[in-house]
Amino acid sequence: MMTCQQLIDFLSDYLDGKLPLSQRVAFELHLTLCRDCRAYLHNYKTAIEASRSAFDAPADSLKEVIPEDLVSAILKARQSEQS
Amino acid sequence: MDQDAPPTHSDLELLASLRAGEDAAFETLVRRYGGRMLSVAKRFLSNEADAHDAVQEAFLSAFKALASFDGRAQLGTWLHRIVVNAALMKLRTKSRHPELSIDDLLPKFKADGHQEAPCSRWNAPPVADMERAETQQLIREHINKLPESYRTVLLLRDIEELDTDVVAQILDLNPGTVKVRLHRARQALRTLLDPLFGGKP
Repeated sequence: MMTCQQLIDFLSDYLDGKLPLSQRVAFELHLTLCRDCRAYLHNYKTAIEASRSAFDAPADSLKEVIPEDLVSAILKARQSEQS
Repeated sequence: MDQDAPPTHSDLELLASLRAGEDAAFETLVRRYGGRMLSVAKRFLSNEADAHDAVQEAFLSAFKALASFDGRAQLGTWLHRIVVNAALMKLRTKSRHPELSIDDLLPKFKADGHQEAPCSRWNAPPVADMERAETQQLIREHINKLPESYRTVLLLRDIEELDTDVVAQILDLNPGTVKVRLHRARQALRTLLDPLFGGKP
């Protein structure tokens, strides 16, 4: 029987669909029997979604505009590197 | 950045003008990609001036490397890699805050391999709520608490969506180490977000 520790070690590979069949069966059997690990898996997936959504641009600022002073600084630095 | 779209005609034209050394083309490149590159730099560098420096360094590196850009990749994808590298270089020069220990953020197990503490399922807010600016800010603050070598891998893999092999190359690690760090970073983030989503103090 797979332990909670083994299940959590395999979590990432399980989500990537990379666990060999025998380990996947043991993983899913443990999940069926262990409420703590079902909760852990749910929370782990939610943490990934949360980190992705934390950097999604709000609809009104989808495109960050580069400040004019930075544009000038970059073009000036290019000129001075050339001369 | 849109990494899968085919090269746009205007990018191909722009590339030809850049290679011909036309000044206006450099300004067009900076204006077309600068905003997106600044967004990327800000994910790694919390200080605005540092993010600006990284973008400037990235463009200067890109200008020098134009001759070696083979055009098989998207211009946007190529610039994305360059600004990620510039931001990481900048990050390495910054003094480190005292960091949390990754081990303290990983789950604990009893001798028989079972979880030491019971784990409760989060009632996390729906995605629409997670995308509210205040929630986003809170989550970003928690991500920033991760030890730097783990935060970097999380940003590169889960946010910038670079492949394990690419991240391994950028960080000069083997792909196995990248996978282990990503898994630990996600587990640590789960621990850090537990009070926020699990309703515990």
